This record gives sequence, structure tokens and C-alpha cells, in this order.
Amino acid sequence: MTADAATYDLVVVGAGPAGLAAAGVAARAGLRVAVLDSGARVGGQYFRALPDGFRAARPWALHHGFSRFVRLRDGLDGADVLLNHRVWAAGPAPGGGFAVHCLAGREERAGTVTGARLLIATGAHDRVLPFPGWDLPGVMTAGGAQALLKGNLVVAGRRVVVAGTGPFLLPVATSLAAAGAKVAGVFEAGGRFALAPRALTRPGKAAEALAYGWGLARHRVPYKGGRAVVAAHGDGELTHVTVARVDAEWRPYRGGHETVECDVLAVGYGFTPQLDLAAQLGCAIGADAAGGPAVRVDRHMRTGVPGVYAAGETTGVGGADLAELEGLIAGRAVVADALGVPAGTGVGARPEPGTGFGPGIRSEARVGARLEARRRRLTGFARALLRAYPVKDGWTSWLRDDTLICRCEEVPYGRVKEARDLGAADARSIKLLARPGMGWCQGRICGEAVARLAGEEPGPPRRPVAQPVRLGDLAAMDERTSDDDS
Amino acid sequence: MPDVVVIGAGMVGAACAYYAAREGLSVTVVDRAAVAGGTTGSGEGNVLVSDKEPGPELDLAVLSCRLWTELASEAREAGGFEHEPKGGLVVAESDEVLRALTQLAGRQGKSGVVTRQVATAELAGYEPHLAPGFAGGVFYPQDAQVQPMLAAARLIRRWPRVALRTGTEVTGLLMERGRVTGVRTRDGDIPAGAVVNAGGVWGDRIAAFAGVELPIMPRRGFILVTEPLAPAYGASPAGPPAPLVRHKVYTAAYVTNVASDSEGLETSAVVEATRAGTVLIGASRERVGFDRTVSLPVLARLARQAVDLFPALADVRAIRAYCGFRPYCPDHLPVIGADPRVPGLYHACGHEGAGIGLAPVTGLLTARLLTGAEPEIDPAPFRPDRFAGTPG
Repeated sequence: MTADAATYDLVVVGAGPAGLAAAGVAARAGLRVAVLDSGARVGGQYFRALPDGFRAARPWALHHGFSRFVRLRDGLDGADVLLNHRVWAAGPAPGGGFAVHCLAGREERAGTVTGARLLIATGAHDRVLPFPGWDLPGVMTAGGAQALLKGNLVVAGRRVVVAGTGPFLLPVATSLAAAGAKVAGVFEAGGRFALAPRALTRPGKAAEALAYGWGLARHRVPYKGGRAVVAAHGDGELTHVTVARVDAEWRPYRGGHETVECDVLAVGYGFTPQLDLAAQLGCAIGADAAGGPAVRVDRHMRTGVPGVYAAGETTGVGGADLAELEGLIAGRAVVADALGVPAGTGVGARPEPGTGFGPGIRSEARVGARLEARRRRLTGFARALLRAYPVKDGWTSWLRDDTLICRCEEVPYGRVKEARDLGAADARSIKLLARPGMGWCQGRICGEAVARLAGEEPGPPRRPVAQPVRLGDLAAMDERTSDDDS
Repeated sequence: MPDVVVIGAGMVGAACAYYAAREGLSVTVVDRAAVAGGTTGSGEGNVLVSDKEPGPELDLAVLSCRLWTELASEAREAGGFEHEPKGGLVVAESDEVLRALTQLAGRQGKSGVVTRQVATAELAGYEPHLAPGFAGGVFYPQDAQVQPMLAAARLIRRWPRVALRTGTEVTGLLMERGRVTGVRTRDGDIPAGAVVNAGGVWGDRIAAFAGVELPIMPRRGFILVTEPLAPAYGASPAGPPAPLVRHKVYTAAYVTNVASDSEGLETSAVVEATRAGTVLIGASRERVGFDRTVSLPVLARLARQAVDLFPALADVRAIRAYCGFRPYCPDHLPVIGADPRVPGLYHACGHEGAGIGLAPVTGLLTARLLTGAEPEIDPAPFRPDRFAGTPG
């Protein structure tokens, strides 16, 4: 174990909008803060920054709110930023507080960062539903396509199809089109205007939606609802997809199929919060508006475990604005708790310009109340979104017996059905009998699909080892006693 | 109405159903969750004779090893399950431990255990990647590995006389004039001629439904799983590339831990490769109730012991860890047979860490007792009322 060990007042895991906002608040209030992230730069998935080597003349061109990102990044105020740090476990530290075990860099250097308080801001990853051909080169998640574009300025492909469900498909399609890709279509499995009435109650969001709509129109990108990519085809790599008209349960109508040529398919069915660390720490995990797992927090973003806070997508998928706001609230709560004053009074943690709160706010307590009220509004909107774009069971009718469910262990759908016939009545026993989710990714990709095939809502993860870790590094954590050495 | 209701679709319940049906009985297996969802799906699939002192449990184990081989060859047609008679290698850290191990092997031999002395110089022939410095060991060819989840599922499906009802939680027993006449479930009553309690680590709760006590308690174990490795792993100290781990390998300290009454943490890693290419490192022993909280010190200890056995494992990554609860009794013997306190109720539980290995013989004995036939092994040491007067 290397001597990375240091003790902080707050350790933040995740340098996305939530983590950066919280770390900034805490650092500016004088706390010693460490921010860990597995990526090479701060910003997370939303503010995915370009590598410096690109020397982009207009790095903001691909980002909404680039100035917000700069403000968050530059507001860290002395916090230690530990990039390329993958956290594989977190738990109570022997001397109090929390120990965060991580692997740094390409060489996976093992280290431990300890802190009196811990904020889980680990974000979310793409929710994947398998379908015939989804394992072909050229098929990627919508988030993956967006990341390629934002992080590396790669136009994901010449001819792209965007499919899945949820509002995230729109920014993916518009930014791909703006970067020069030919977007052959956006296919939304749910209704095209599932959210329209709700969006109108949020002027900002309505404007955003209009902007995307205008962007799609400008690039002549067709946007169709009630359509799903039910198969991807190609000999060795993707050449075309089958788009089907689907009913409200996502079952394809007979005969409503069309073939669309493309060399990239960006497919996204929403997001799944990354809850490995929250589960390891024993935080209470409840259901979000769509029934998926999310960390339970109080109005100050405290989890059920004293000293552990959660913000952003881990408390329920809600997007970057809500994540940043939750980070702000969590940071203020951390500061208040560290000082031993009631949370929400926000000792010294004044919101920065651009957060929507001008100098007219008289008292810190009123700032806290305003932040909470704003969070309630954004959370309500996020919940409405989750409810408006649910995953429907009809996707299972797209599967064939040879469709891979688990890529790591190469488990086809036929084996999952066989396991069910043998008495595997839940997701765990399907995994035990047929091995989906036992491989390298530990079910991060297929876990949700397997749960749904078992007829369950996806539950909280059970991953005592959240990232692969060398046995030698694990062994080094074992305290050798003189007896053992004799 | 079935002749028998078996409570619990784990490995032991599956074996009870299989052998009872083979004797012509009709069987309904009920489980509140799924097949192999409890301890069966949380272990390593050990079928061991090597870790047992001579006595009634070893007698069970020797017969059960043979039954496993029969079951595996019979199941092959139906798709089968993994059963690898790979053998176990127990290594001794010092001459003193080697003497004790050798003596144990000699006594085990009288119970039908095949043993082979392995001198220091011969160790590399068995395990090319084993760390140097061991004083020698004993090889046990009967030790085997099964994938118990699939095995349980296949055994339950073997006979059409066996019906499986998953998601069916038993909430009580049907009783008539002091006799058990079936089970009560959330989905209605199932009357039966006899009821077999194969509830594993929850077997005490089933017994309590009949008003009798079984002192079964959970003993937690963690297991580490590595990334899959290539069949031929790097160059070994002993020569050309060879599988990193060929047999079940553990140090002689394991034998003392299995029989221990300690509440505290004990680990002595058993290291083995699986057909999927991963290496399993198990398992710790702790009495902490049904607590699933991850214990990094336990995982660290297992990792260190594994690396001490196979230094090449230091650069191999652990990708998973899981824990399970062994059902153990104060005298470390299982509970098998009719409960003399409650006619109609049979027990088949409390096997601690040996439930997979001992499942077939437990099923066979239970079937013999259900049909009134003469059992192959005297079940008296495993009788359910033996704990009277002992502190639970």
C-alpha cells in the first residue's frame, strides 16, 4: 500500500456537477476536502472535458453551461483533486470516519484516503437492454456516444441512429449532428411527447426542448415516437438496424418494420445510479419514481449512515442541474455538521453567482430554504420524467434464444429461459444457474435486464469489491501479527 | 396429496426429493424463494473427505463422495452439472504440522479415505505454482468440486414424481393429534404423509413450527473470486506454463478451524480453480449472526493466505466477493432423521460447511427412513433430539 493516506474533513467520491459543487462549498468554508474521480479530468459525464492536448479553440461549443463548469472547477479552492482514482471499497475507518480504498492510475496503485465525512456523488451509468445484435461493433450506449464526442471530439460515425427512450436521446442526436454526423433518425420507444404537458410548466426545460427540436429540424433529423430498434445487423460490424413500430407495451406491431442503414447505433434506455459504495456502507436504499434503486437522503442530503451524504444521480436520476443543486445542499450540510450547527443555516457557504440567488437574499437560513424549495421543484420534474419514460416489458419480445444477455460470460437468452424452467424464480438464482452477471463487469451491464427477465424491479447492488483489485494489494491490507509471521 | 413435502430447494432438499422419488414416493419441494437461493448458492461446492476427523461425519462423507460420482454420471444425459473429482492437496507449514497431518491421514485411511503422502520435492509436481517452503503434504484423490446450484436444479427435475413450488413460503405445519400432516404456506395448505425439514440455516425456524428446538446457528463465510485466468498460466517455478491451481489446495490449519468452536474470525483459505477459469478463495468462519456487511479485514486475510500459498496470485485481480451462512450445530454434526418428538417430521439440515458434500448421503438416508428401509449408515449420531439439555 502506498502512502497516499491522508485525513480530510470531507472525501467526495465523484467529480461531476454534484461532487464539484459540494467540494467547492466545503473547501471555501475552510474544510480540508479531497475529491476522487476515476476519470482523467473533473466534470464527470455531463461536463466531460476535452484533453488539454486538443487545444480546442472553443472548448465550450459542445457544452451547455460551460461557464458553470468553469465556475465549479475553479471554485474548488484548495481541495485536493485526485484524478484517475477508481474506488473499489469504502467503509468505516478503524480510527473513526471513513476509509476510501482506491486504485490510482494505469498501474492501479493501491491507496486509502480517509475522511471524517464522505459524500457519494458517483453518478449513473447507461441502462442497457439487450436485443439481437447489440454486441456488434458500432453499437454503443447513448451515453458512450456522447462521451466519445465530448471527451475526444470523435464524431462517432458517419451515419448514426439514436434509439431508446427518454429525453437524453435529444441532446445526443443534436450534438452528433452538430459535429458532422448524419443522424438517420431518433427512435423513441415511448410516446414522442410523453412529457410535453409537464415541460410546459418548466419554462427553462421547455426552452431547452425547443432548442433540441430546432436543432434536429435544422439537421433534418427525423424524430419518431413509438419506434424501437429491435435488432442490429452486420457481418462483423454494424451496417443496418431494424426499426419496428411498437405498441404502448413496446411489443412490435406485425409488419411495421423498416430497415435503416447506419454504422453507429447509439442506444439509451435511461440511467442507473451507481450505488456500489452506498450499499457497501450500509446506506438505506429505496425506490425512485420509476421503481429503481436510489439512496435515501433527508432534505440535507444525509444518508441513513451518520457522516455519509449522497448527491446527484445516486439519490435518483435527475440530470446535471439537480445534481449540482444537491451537491450545493450537501456541501452546506457537511459544513454545518462539521461546525455543529443546524444544517440549512449554511454557515458561511454563500451560493456563488449564477446559482439563481442574487445578493438580495438576506440570511443564510433563507438561502437554505430557497435551495430546498428549488430542489423540491427539480426533483418533482425529474420524477415526472422518470414516470413519463418507463421501460416497458415488451422489450423481452425482441429477444431471440441466441441473443446474448450477458456479454462477459456469453450467456444467451436461451440459457436464461432454461434456468427459469429449472426453478430459478428470481434474478439471483438465474445468475447462479446460468452465470449472467458473474463476469468482469459484475452485472453492471446485464443486471437490470436479468432482474426484469425475472419479473423483479432492479434492486440495490451487492458488490463488496466494486472494482477489480489485485490480491496482492488486498493481502497488503491484512495486518500481519507476530504469530502469523512465525 | 404428495407422500412427502420437502421444505427447502437447496442442495440437501433437492437430494432428499431425488432419493425419495427414486424409492417411488411422490414429493413436493417448496421454497420461499428459488432453487439454490440460500447457502447452496453462497458456497464453494466442496465435496471433501480430507477435512474430517474419523467418526460419523467422515463415514457420511466417504459414502457421499461415491454417490456424487453416480449422480453426476446419471445427470450427464439431462445436461449435467459440473462435477470435478480433482482431488485435494493439504500442505503442512512445518515438520510438526506434517507429522500431525500424516497421523490424521493414517486414521482417515481406516474409514475408507484414500490418501497419498506427498514429499516436499513432489509438491511441485502436484502444484507447479505453489510457494516453496512447505514441509510436505497429503493428497486426497476423493475430494471433488461440484457446481451445486445446477446440481440441485437437475436433481429436482430428475423424476416426474417431484413437483417444485418456488416462491412458496412455509408459515406453519399442519398438525393432527401431535402428528405433522403437511405444511401451511402463504399459497394454501399442502397436506402430506411426511414433512422433511431441509431448511438449512433456517431449519430451526421450521422445527419451531412443530414446537421443537433445533440449535442451528449461522456461521458466516466470505469467498473471493478472481478474474478468469488462461488454462496455462505463465511459467511456473517448476517448469513450463501450467494451470495456476490444479486441485483444491489448503493448509493443514484448515482442519483445526473447521472443528473450532471459536466465535471470532478464523480463516484458512482453500484455493481452487473453477471450470469458468476463475480462482475461488474461501472461506472465512465467523459467528456474527445473519450480518451481510462487507468485512474488508476478512477479505484481506483470505487474500493474504491465498497469496502465501500461490505467490503468482498477487498479480491476479479479485473481481467479486460474496458471503453465505453455514448452518451449524453445537457438536458440528448434521441433523438427519425422524424427530421422535413429533411423528411425521424429518430433519435434514445443520450440515455447516459440508452440506454440498453430504447432500446425497443425507437424501439417501432420509429416503431409507421415510420408506422404513435399512439405512446404509447408522443415523443415531445425527438424531434430532440429541441436544436435549445442551445450551442452545
